[in-house]
Amino acid sequence: MPGTDPTPLEVKLSCRHIWKVYGTHPDRFFSNKSGRLPDGVDPLNHAQEIRDSNHIVAGANVSFDVHVGEIFVIMGLSGSGKSTIVRCLSRLVEPTAGEVLLDGQNLLDINKRELIEFRRHKMGMVFQNFGLMPHLNVLDNVAFPLELQGIDVKERRRRAQEIIDLVGLEGREASFPSQLSGGQQQRVGIARSLAVKPELWFLDEPFSALDPLIRKQMQDEFLRLQRELHKSIVFITHDFMEALRIADRMAIMRDGEVVQIGRPVDLILNPVDDYVREFTNDVPWELVLTAGDIADPAHKFAKGMGHISADTSVATLLPYLADHEAGVVVRDGDGNDMGVVNARRVIEALASGVQNPAQVGM
Amino acid sequence: MARISSSQYLWLGLLVLALILHFSPGPLGAFVTYPTEWVVSVTDQMNVAMRWFVDAFGPVFKAIGWLLEWPVFAAQKILAFLPWSVTCFIFMALSYLASGWRLALFALAAMLYMAGIGYWAESMNSLAIVLISVPMAIAVGFGLGVFGFYSKRARRIIMPLLDLLQTIPAFAYLLPILILFGFGTTVGLVASVLFAFPPTVRNTILGLRAVSAEIIEAGEISGANARQLFWKVRFPAAKSQILLGVNQTTMAALSMVIIASIIGGTNDIGWEVLSTMRKAQFGESLLAGFVIALMAMLLDRITHAFATRDRAISSDEKALKSWHLVLAIAGAVWLLSLVVPALAEWPENLVFDPAPAMNTGLENFILNWRLVLEAIKNSAFFFVMLPVKIGLIQAVSPFTWGFALTPVLSFAYAAALVVIAGFALVRARAAMGVTVLLIGATLYIGLTTMPWAVVLAAFVLLSYQTAGARLAIGTALGLGFLVIIGLWPQSALSIYLCGVGVFICFVLGSGIGIWAAHSQTVSTIVRPVIDTLQTMPLFVILIPFVMIFKIGEFTALLAIIAYAIVPAIRYTEHGLRNLPPDIIESATTLGATPAQLLFKVKLPLALPAIMLGLNQTIIYGISMLVITALVGTNGLGQRIYIGLGDGDFGVGMTAGIGMAIIAMIADRITQSVSLRKQQALGLKTEML
Repeated sequence: MPGTDPTPLEVKLSCRHIWKVYGTHPDRFFSNKSGRLPDGVDPLNHAQEIRDSNHIVAGANVSFDVHVGEIFVIMGLSGSGKSTIVRCLSRLVEPTAGEVLLDGQNLLDINKRELIEFRRHKMGMVFQNFGLMPHLNVLDNVAFPLELQGIDVKERRRRAQEIIDLVGLEGREASFPSQLSGGQQQRVGIARSLAVKPELWFLDEPFSALDPLIRKQMQDEFLRLQRELHKSIVFITHDFMEALRIADRMAIMRDGEVVQIGRPVDLILNPVDDYVREFTNDVPWELVLTAGDIADPAHKFAKGMGHISADTSVATLLPYLADHEAGVVVRDGDGNDMGVVNARRVIEALASGVQNPAQVGM
Repeated sequence: MARISSSQYLWLGLLVLALILHFSPGPLGAFVTYPTEWVVSVTDQMNVAMRWFVDAFGPVFKAIGWLLEWPVFAAQKILAFLPWSVTCFIFMALSYLASGWRLALFALAAMLYMAGIGYWAESMNSLAIVLISVPMAIAVGFGLGVFGFYSKRARRIIMPLLDLLQTIPAFAYLLPILILFGFGTTVGLVASVLFAFPPTVRNTILGLRAVSAEIIEAGEISGANARQLFWKVRFPAAKSQILLGVNQTTMAALSMVIIASIIGGTNDIGWEVLSTMRKAQFGESLLAGFVIALMAMLLDRITHAFATRDRAISSDEKALKSWHLVLAIAGAVWLLSLVVPALAEWPENLVFDPAPAMNTGLENFILNWRLVLEAIKNSAFFFVMLPVKIGLIQAVSPFTWGFALTPVLSFAYAAALVVIAGFALVRARAAMGVTVLLIGATLYIGLTTMPWAVVLAAFVLLSYQTAGARLAIGTALGLGFLVIIGLWPQSALSIYLCGVGVFICFVLGSGIGIWAAHSQTVSTIVRPVIDTLQTMPLFVILIPFVMIFKIGEFTALLAIIAYAIVPAIRYTEHGLRNLPPDIIESATTLGATPAQLLFKVKLPLALPAIMLGLNQTIIYGISMLVITALVGTNGLGQRIYIGLGDGDFGVGMTAGIGMAIIAMIADRITQSVSLRKQQALGLKTEML
């Protein structure tokens, strides 16, 4: 597959067969805590069985890996169970069954005290409606996780100040949450979640409560931070376009189940079903498709053709192709020529993609 | 022509029954007046049980009482020892820290008044009890609140208990406490703790539950353990709400401390009001009443400001620094008072006593305006209160109305009612027609002379229609109990006086509320007046009315109205001002005139809020009703008063329970009407 990194990625967080069932007796549907069903039992049928017994399935056999330094996005409509799953990862919600492996250790096996230690040092979380402490000012809000660790006032304020500078809130340290705009409040939320320098960063629809303009700004800001910090991230959103912008890989959820996992472009090119296709329909393809996706290896190379890297988006290519009828050679990361893209090829891809995206570039 | 529904037929049936029972009961006389030989008195048994209880556990309570006296004595000693200037400064500093210069100036004025009018010692004695009882009530309330927050089972016990405690009139608390603890300061302390802790419980539970899930999660993900999650996340986030509870608790404590002084023996400001009132020294009484009013306003403003002040202004370190400063200055003032005796003790010759002049002025006023005052009093009494109480049939006489109620007039009255009702029926307003007939008949027969069975059946029917079978059964049992133990005549008197008061409050209060909702000027004038009335301890409100109209039912009625009109105004205005704006806009766009907008859109939508206001009006009315026993009203309040005076547990307690039963029935009926309307309209209305 084009664009796949050849070196095997180190897994930071691994979520295995997570189930979350609400109801009177959620435990009775599982013979063991690992969430693995007996051989021959189909998870989807099992989930339906649970629903038929008047229980609510918020998470059904959810499995995925988050690699070191990766932005993993979980996308789904409201009620699809995405917020429940991200809470299961930190045990804010106790999963009914399954395993959450952080650096190979199962978080569901550890006791309360160990869990608190994990949360204090390894995790940070950003909330949709910010979840700021109304009684603390910006500085103390950011320092709050450090305060819980028992770090003395001077030290924790010094460290909080660093993060505040990082997220661009300097000058607002003494303000209270109620005096800040939504965007500023979420900067505080982000700063707070980063205060303990966590390895794992959870963001639960962090920008959904913001105006579209601010949202765009915050996404850029978030990507900038990530380029600097290289956290392992689980990012929840209901906005497909947001997922496209920021995701390294993403999962689409529906009714508590993961429908598809992959790079955004994989989802667009090969949606597993109509549900996923619904989301991809409105996507402006030229922004998503890269030169590598549509390069034609069979096309003859001509002398004097320019070359571009495989991850160039089609949109950026368009002005060039308008001037160069012959097209351009696409090169992958290792300097190998993958094929040629020309104007005709682009038009074909954009046109056929609407009808039958699976065939594009194949 | 409108169809008459089956429930309306039931009401009409009841009407016919009332007429039959009233005019020719025949063998059914027992349903008109409950025969005395059927009365099962429980007062003796209750007294026996209480005596046994006191014999068995009395020493325990005496010991507790003895223990509780010490902190009160200590507080009284300290406040008596401190020069007035130091206390005054401390209150000013508190006011300043809570709110700013204006409140500090108010504190100064209030304190100068207390000292200058010569009631410093008495004021401080009352304040001492409040200062001790408030922390105790907060501790109890906060503890129960936290318990109730974490345990659903505990909540299920605590909440009804609070409902009960808050419907029992303040007066009724005193009796059992008096019997258990014996005369002394403890009675006021225990009563005020018991009376004052419920608001803290309620607000603690409310505040803790209102902390958003995300804030809790943010605390958890930051690694808070259970203790940190409570003290560093939940509690601070809920603090404003809890402090509002503290404000209400403080006001209730002060109110109860004042009421408790009725048992006497304490040299406090409540006793000063009461004893001067009994001696008809209204000038002194009013001056002392002012002290209580000022104290109430000051405590209210300070605690309220602490609850609602902007977080940005306050920060822990700054607060700590200012406290050091306050203590330092207080020390300096104290040293200064050693040199300047006037700062230690208010100089005798500077005491300002306008009371004699006020008494003379009042006498002159009453002499000059006697005719007008009597005309007001008599016409209200003869033309409004008496007909409701004993019916037109007895109230109309040549002496009162100037003519006798001849059969011809009675017939004309009945005919007029039927015509109006018939007209309403033709105009498709069956409910209105039935209501006209019911009110007409009640006016004719009179509330207290109405056969008890009919009143009971009416309340049961009303309970059933508004809240369902469970409340209907409860109502039947509760009122049945009052009938059987022989308290019906007193209960009917209480229902009558409270009913008239509540009705006037409701009409007048809703009117003012509507006006205030539409005029900012009216609102700004009305707001501080009702705020002040609400913080006023109950019997301060009595004073001006007693001064002018002497004792009697009319005075009681005026006091009830003055106190109970507050929620009627407040809720109506609040309800009308907080309607969904899009509905108002769409109605305006459809071309509704202001009157149509009010009657066809706003009022129906504000009905849940108005019903909650009615609910509170009734509760306020009942608590005032008990106090008006002081000015000579009959009924349950008087029985409580008698019980208190004679130390007769059975008499006082049955009457107290009777009041609570009536209050609870009224509470449940109005609550469920409001709730049903809220559900029907898809709105949510909060208690203010």
